[in-house]
Amino acid sequence: MATYQEFIQQNEDRDGVRFSWNLWPSSRLEATRLVVPVSCLFTPLKERLDLPPVQYEPVLCGRATCRAVLNPLCQVDFRAKIWACNFCFQRNPFPPTYAGISDVNQPAELMPQFSTIEYIVQRGPPTPLIFLYVVDICLEEEDLQALKESLQMSLSLLPPNALVGLITFGRMVQVHELSCEGIAKSYVFRGTKDLSAKQIQEMLGLIKPTVAGPQGHPVAPQDAHTSCRFLQPVQKVDMNLTDLLGELQRDPWPVAQGKRPLRSTGIALSIAVGLLEGTFPNTGARVMLFTGGPPTQGPGMVVGDELKTPIRSWHDIQKDNARHLKKATKYYEALANRAAVNGHCIDIYACSLDQTGLLEMKCCSNLTGGHIVMGDSFNTSLFKQTFQRVFSKDFNNEFRMAFGATMEVKTSRELKVSGAIGPCVSLNSKGPCVSENEMGIGGTSQWKICGMNPSTTLALYFEVVNQHNAPIPQGGRGAIQFVTQYQHSNTQRRIRVTTIARNWADAQSQIQHIEASFDQEASAVLMARLGVFRAESEEGPDVLRWLDRQLIRLFMFHLRRSPFLQVFNNSPDESSYYRHHFIRQDLTQSLIMVQPILYSYSFYGPPEPVLLDSSSILADRILLMDTFFQLVIYHGETIAQWRKAGYQDMPEYENFKQLLHAPLDDAQEILQTRFPMPRYIDTEHGGSQARFLLSKVNPSQTHNNLYAWGQESGAPILTDDVSLQVFMDHLKKLAVSSAA
Amino acid sequence: MNVNQQPHIATPYGQPPLQGYQVYGQPGYGGPHATPYGPYNGHNAAYQQDAPPQPPGYPPYSSFPSKTFAAGLSSDLSSSSSFGLGPGRVPPSSGTPPVSAPGYDQYPQGEVQNGPALIASQPPRPPASQAYAQVPVTLPATQPLYHQQYQAPPTSTQQVTNQMAGMQIGTAPSQAGPYAPPTSSHLPSSTAFPTPGNPSYTSQAVPPSQPPPNVGVQQGPHPPTYGGPPHVPQQPFPGSALPPVSQQSFPTAPTPSTQASLGAPPLPQPYGGGPPVSAHSQFPGSLPPHQAAVSQPSPYRSAPPPTGFTPSGGAPAPARPTPGMHGPPFPPQSVSAPPGPQPNHIGAPPMQLGVPAGPPTGPLPQQNGAFGQMRGPQPGYGAPYPGQPNFGSQPQAPAPAPPAQKRLDPNSIPSPIQVIEDDKASKSGEVFMTGVRGQAPPLVTTPFQVKDQGNASPHFIRCTAYNMPCTSDMAKQSQVPLAAIIKPLATLPENEGPLPIVDHGESGPIRCNRCKAYMCPYMQFIEGGRRFQCAFCSCVTEVPPHYFQHLDHTGKRVDCYERPELSLGSYEFLATVEYCKNNQLPQPPAFIFLIDVSYNAVRSGMVAVVCEELRTLLDTLPSEPGTDCPIRVGFVTYNKVLHFYNVKSSLAQPQMLVVSDVADMFVPLLDGFLVTVGESRTVINSLLQQIPEMFADTRETETVFGPVIQAGLEALKAADCAGRLFIFHSTLPIAEAPGKLKNREDKKLVGTDKEKSLFQPQVSFYGNLAKECVAQGCCVDLFLFPNQYVDVTTLGAVPCSTGGSVYKYAHFQAQTDRDRFLNDLRRDVKKQMGFDAIMRVRTSTGIRATDFFGSFYMSNTTDVELAGLDCDKTITVEFRHDDKLCEDTGALLQCAVLYTSCRGQRRLRIHNLAVNCCSQLAELYRHCETDALVNFFAKYAYRSVLSSPTKTVRDSLVNQCAQILACYRKNCASPSSAGQLILPECMKLLPVYLNCVLKSEVLQPGGDASLDDRAYLRQLVSCMDVAESHAFFYPRLLPLHKLDVEGRALPTAVRDSEERLSRDGLYLLENGLSLFLWVGVAAPPDLLRSVFDVSAFSEINPNMTSLPTLDNPFSKRLHEIIEMFREQRSRYMKLMVVKQEDRLEPLFKHFLVEDKSSNGGASYVDFLCHMHKEIRQLLS
Repeated sequence: MATYQEFIQQNEDRDGVRFSWNLWPSSRLEATRLVVPVSCLFTPLKERLDLPPVQYEPVLCGRATCRAVLNPLCQVDFRAKIWACNFCFQRNPFPPTYAGISDVNQPAELMPQFSTIEYIVQRGPPTPLIFLYVVDICLEEEDLQALKESLQMSLSLLPPNALVGLITFGRMVQVHELSCEGIAKSYVFRGTKDLSAKQIQEMLGLIKPTVAGPQGHPVAPQDAHTSCRFLQPVQKVDMNLTDLLGELQRDPWPVAQGKRPLRSTGIALSIAVGLLEGTFPNTGARVMLFTGGPPTQGPGMVVGDELKTPIRSWHDIQKDNARHLKKATKYYEALANRAAVNGHCIDIYACSLDQTGLLEMKCCSNLTGGHIVMGDSFNTSLFKQTFQRVFSKDFNNEFRMAFGATMEVKTSRELKVSGAIGPCVSLNSKGPCVSENEMGIGGTSQWKICGMNPSTTLALYFEVVNQHNAPIPQGGRGAIQFVTQYQHSNTQRRIRVTTIARNWADAQSQIQHIEASFDQEASAVLMARLGVFRAESEEGPDVLRWLDRQLIRLFMFHLRRSPFLQVFNNSPDESSYYRHHFIRQDLTQSLIMVQPILYSYSFYGPPEPVLLDSSSILADRILLMDTFFQLVIYHGETIAQWRKAGYQDMPEYENFKQLLHAPLDDAQEILQTRFPMPRYIDTEHGGSQARFLLSKVNPSQTHNNLYAWGQESGAPILTDDVSLQVFMDHLKKLAVSSAA
Repeated sequence: MNVNQQPHIATPYGQPPLQGYQVYGQPGYGGPHATPYGPYNGHNAAYQQDAPPQPPGYPPYSSFPSKTFAAGLSSDLSSSSSFGLGPGRVPPSSGTPPVSAPGYDQYPQGEVQNGPALIASQPPRPPASQAYAQVPVTLPATQPLYHQQYQAPPTSTQQVTNQMAGMQIGTAPSQAGPYAPPTSSHLPSSTAFPTPGNPSYTSQAVPPSQPPPNVGVQQGPHPPTYGGPPHVPQQPFPGSALPPVSQQSFPTAPTPSTQASLGAPPLPQPYGGGPPVSAHSQFPGSLPPHQAAVSQPSPYRSAPPPTGFTPSGGAPAPARPTPGMHGPPFPPQSVSAPPGPQPNHIGAPPMQLGVPAGPPTGPLPQQNGAFGQMRGPQPGYGAPYPGQPNFGSQPQAPAPAPPAQKRLDPNSIPSPIQVIEDDKASKSGEVFMTGVRGQAPPLVTTPFQVKDQGNASPHFIRCTAYNMPCTSDMAKQSQVPLAAIIKPLATLPENEGPLPIVDHGESGPIRCNRCKAYMCPYMQFIEGGRRFQCAFCSCVTEVPPHYFQHLDHTGKRVDCYERPELSLGSYEFLATVEYCKNNQLPQPPAFIFLIDVSYNAVRSGMVAVVCEELRTLLDTLPSEPGTDCPIRVGFVTYNKVLHFYNVKSSLAQPQMLVVSDVADMFVPLLDGFLVTVGESRTVINSLLQQIPEMFADTRETETVFGPVIQAGLEALKAADCAGRLFIFHSTLPIAEAPGKLKNREDKKLVGTDKEKSLFQPQVSFYGNLAKECVAQGCCVDLFLFPNQYVDVTTLGAVPCSTGGSVYKYAHFQAQTDRDRFLNDLRRDVKKQMGFDAIMRVRTSTGIRATDFFGSFYMSNTTDVELAGLDCDKTITVEFRHDDKLCEDTGALLQCAVLYTSCRGQRRLRIHNLAVNCCSQLAELYRHCETDALVNFFAKYAYRSVLSSPTKTVRDSLVNQCAQILACYRKNCASPSSAGQLILPECMKLLPVYLNCVLKSEVLQPGGDASLDDRAYLRQLVSCMDVAESHAFFYPRLLPLHKLDVEGRALPTAVRDSEERLSRDGLYLLENGLSLFLWVGVAAPPDLLRSVFDVSAFSEINPNMTSLPTLDNPFSKRLHEIIEMFREQRSRYMKLMVVKQEDRLEPLFKHFLVEDKSSNGGASYVDFLCHMHKEIRQLLS
């Protein structure tokens, strides 16, 4: 297996691909028997330090329905200067520029190590990145102040030529004009009235029947950028904008006792989308929504402004008692789709102790590849650092973000693509390689991902369509090509092409090989995505039942317990938030989300991973749990007492001090790299925050069986949930009974 | 002819009186005419000469004049009417006499004497015009006759004047007879005459040309007036004047009865004069008028012929009582006349008959106004012209009228100037004590002081009738509208204000339990002061303990003179919280300035001017003495979208908030929009400085309007206060938005049944918006700067319903119109105002306020709701009977206005007025105020155009006035010939004013008045007070060249007729909206130099809008006068210099309301004749 492990690792490192099966069953029938479909996790923009982009256009297959990119798997006749497409077998002549190729002079795309290659192409004038801040001003003074500072700080992080815009909202929505001097100008919209994109653009004076620009600003037709007074280069307006942000006041409209502030989030987003739609379609743009509470008026309203009406809970939703849910969801979906069509992505930064309506708004980010960050307050390092991390740069000193990507999947004839799950929308591109069976977002071979970063990972599901009676010749390989076009953060248009191939295997004769090629981790995540995808669109219990049916042979205990499928104890917003991240993170992170990692620190040795089980909770240990969203440091009872007693400050107990520091340092490491920054929790035995840990561990010891296990170690968990032991028992029983 | 003469005369004589005299003096005509006309002059001379001798004889004349006065009074004019010819003459006589008895001296002499004398003499000499000259003497005699006739009328000089009849009469009969024939022939009466007369008067044949003389005859009389110069010689008559004086006394003597008697005496005198002569004179006179300038000489000659005619006329006259007058001379003519005349006679005969009757009219005396139209008209009107028919009641209808007009001597018809001057003479300087119930106050043109003794000052309330009929039957019969013109917040002269404020404590003002009338001097305390009985509904209410006071032996409360509410007619109560919206004390109001910044507004300079002005103007927002200005201000600019400004004091720079969603207006900010000037001064200044710059390059031409008002309204709602919106707007709002308008200016609709739609708002949007505004107390003032049609009707809908004002500056250019606009703006902003006001008028049981006119909104039938009420806004209230009134208690009105003062204090202003009640119509007619009537009629008519075609409105207006006058004639005037026009003394100006209303641009489309102008004026008039409407309809025309630089007095105004303008004169005309300085082509260089600093007429720049400030007394005084005029009016009057015969003159002539107007409005004379016809129709 080691070879497979290496193979898998190598593939992941080079191509950003993890397949559930690394040998593919050669017929449809066999494939369906495998339960876990042929599928993969693909990270299109995986960071490759060793991959310098080439500065020319890819060579495409000449068949109109194929258009596959020349790749190392193609057969090449160097003499005839002809290459054969490995997907459609079309023979294509090389373009004139390739006249000089030969066996010894091959272009990069033909070399096996360049199964993933990136092209830089020239497509029209470079378009600057656009950052449009949409800021809620119905915040507490403290929050608003913190947010203002973050925003001001962010200006310095933006590329100097990026265009920036500002929309603020509360009861009204204000679109600020940034180019003016003297009087600060803004366009105001009432927060209750939905407007079409055209209306918005008219009202903003962006389109006019006459040649004259609004307010006499001449419109230079060839350069739409200058015509838009609302989006201006950072370098030009950063002083203005800094002042403007500095002068932002809380929404002045009075909020009566017992009312929520009126928040026109829906309209604000609609205006942001409309503004970009009219001015910069198909240009990389980020709408960054900062909100501190639920939308309370107008379209997209999530809850009324009466405080006595609480915001919907899962309970309400299940009882069909959430009045605004469907309408709001539909509204935001429509918005998200519009944004997606134009290649704009929407981030949501929601900081509030209560829910902010992420459930309804999540699609804005999910469909456009935007971020969702949820926090308690803008005045927390969680938000501040996370936000800062949005603008982090890679080793090339370029932003880790890409815009307006389209990813196309091409398959060899025996395979068809069933669908994708990730922060993408379908481009509805029908083609020969599109399966009729949909899994996730299907029915297309192209998807649009408006916002990406190097870790954005899609799950792609395939269907083997080769019939059982048409065997594939021995040694046949199936191939898949991913063509991802995107706008790089430096405004270049780039195309990254990844071509992979796997051997076909006859399930009957080579079943053990196939089994050996199984990638448990990838499969777990891939199935989890499917589960989450279904959970999003179907009723909770049904999904669990489906999962149980599907995964009867899989280790999915923690997934069942995860917040991605369980909504108990989570608000709808939290669930949305967790799910959002689950469907876009790469495999490692996804695994952490499914099964949190638990490290134990003690005097008895180096830190070791321990079972995520209540039995791991011991008095003389420090535990570090990473659930992706939370980092919990838990001090066992004794450790906590020692710490309280202050032993760590005594020179003679230096070792204790080091022990205490060890998990902190490790946590720090995680904190510094992860996006979004996890909630950091430092707690101890009996502490209220210990619940974060207790809720995750396998309740092997509960009040029901505390004495049955009879061991000294561990801490009992007061829960009725079944423990892994019980789960496994059931599973075994079921496996046996259904094995027939 | 007349023109020249007139001016002269006019000036010299109290024109009016003169006229009157003239009328009578048809003879006088001769005289005056004489002067004007060469021949006449001759005559005049003769007359004059005669005069001297005549003096004795004249005395009679003089007496005549006096008589005329008398006539006027008694309406004897009727007798004058007998003059028939005289439609001109007679009336004049009547008119004149009354007018200025004083003036009479001269005038009478000139005119009357001349006229009559001439005539008299003439008759004998009929053939020779020259003879006329000689005749004078005899004329006098004839005149006397007239006079006698007149005299009767004279009794009440004024009445006399009124008695146009006299004019008609005089001319008509005497001349008519003669003329008639000619008239039939047409004005050319001369021709006519010639024909008829020719036989007899061959020489007259020559006169044919003279026929005009006929006209002239009438005119003749005018000439006299005009013939000032000639008169001068006559002045000797002054002696005669004396008689007039006596007459004056007559006038004073209640015109009616006394007059009669008076008239009688004078008449005799006139007789002495030799009536026939007068007749003759008239003829000559008449001739001149028409022909006047043309062939004066000939006229003269013709005059003779006319005289000849006159004789003929006289003939008929003789036949009648008048005989004396025309009789002799005319006989032959009459003979001749028959042929031509017949037609005339048709009309004329009656007239003449009337004329004779005229004398009888003398008896009628009571009615001052009787005009001998019958005769006059017939002769003058009908007779001369085929038009006679017009005069002739039946025949009249046709064209005749116009011709007739020409013949009627304007001097002989009631003169507004004379009436005004008389009132001034008798009442100015006096203190008007309001304590006496039912007394009519001095005219609005008379400066007077008021002492409040329990009734509201006329500054606050004026009534159409101060003696109301007791029953609705009477009211219906008389058709006199019973209305009060109320200006609740009028600014009082400094020595009369301010009103005391009464605080009745926490329980609020004391009111009647049933009708809720407020405590006032009419409340009767009973039971030792423990209760009071309401004077309005008779309900008895307990006196609250804290208000108890003992009564004295007369039943009055002991403290009644210490308490304003028990002793004054006007006072204020402090309102309690129950009187406030939502039972919360109001916030101080807010002012919001909304400025159009579209292309046109910027280019005209309006934006810059407004912004610059606001920077200083904001320091002068109204406040109450001793308090800081609590008013908050806000700013909005707009074109297709609205820009709100955040001018919070903490900001370094103002912030602009653009609202493009005009379809669904809202206020984008709360905090920082409305600020106090003091706190945000810097930010505001910065804003006002930047606005013009920001939009300097705008190319946006489209605007919205509805959303602008909505924005202001929403802002006030958000701030929970009342306030004012000042909107500065330039174009028709065609941008897509609520309240969007389209250009519907369609000249083709004008004059059709659909015309009314043009006065109705184009869309209902603004009506609903106005309703909302009123509910919030949002008063909208609109300043328009249109370059083309903007649909003032629709745009003005909201201002008109919210108590706001509309100002319009067509083709505004910053350089030229800046002063006018800024002064209006300043005044408007600084005005003391009440906000969120409700007015309720309570009345005695028996009458009830049924109709209201003005700028307000009514959601029910009793409460007048005003979002804002300023010191210039007037509400006219009409009352109708719903029961009987009692003569003892009279009729009481209590007008209560609940409003919020500019510092946010809630108050009630109470005005009380008691008027008398009568069971005799004569009483009613004796206590009416014509100016107020006209105010009412104008508002009524201007509102009617919303629902009826203008023609219908005009007709019904004429009809109602005819009914009023006919009712008087029928029930109050002494019996007289039907041909006589008899007017009540206090309504004798009704026809002239009514005519002004009828021919105003609103009611008489045509000319160059745009639809917007008409709509603008219509809205403007609807809230005018009596003084404003008076000046508006009858502009003040001052002969500046007669200005006494040293004295404080203004020169006596002249009548609004081109004939009164002298080519070498300088006139200032004002109507409350504009000022015109008219310069005659022959104005003396000295005058020009001292006014314009130029040496020649041609060097005057006709485009100047202000006069150079020169260091000479005349210029200084002129500036003073102009300033004074401007201060008197609520709107700044832009000065326009009009050079005679220059391009602006047609515009100026539009304001000469006694003349025929370019849009088809009748001249005063024509209209008078028409009225007379109408009245006759009603009487027959």
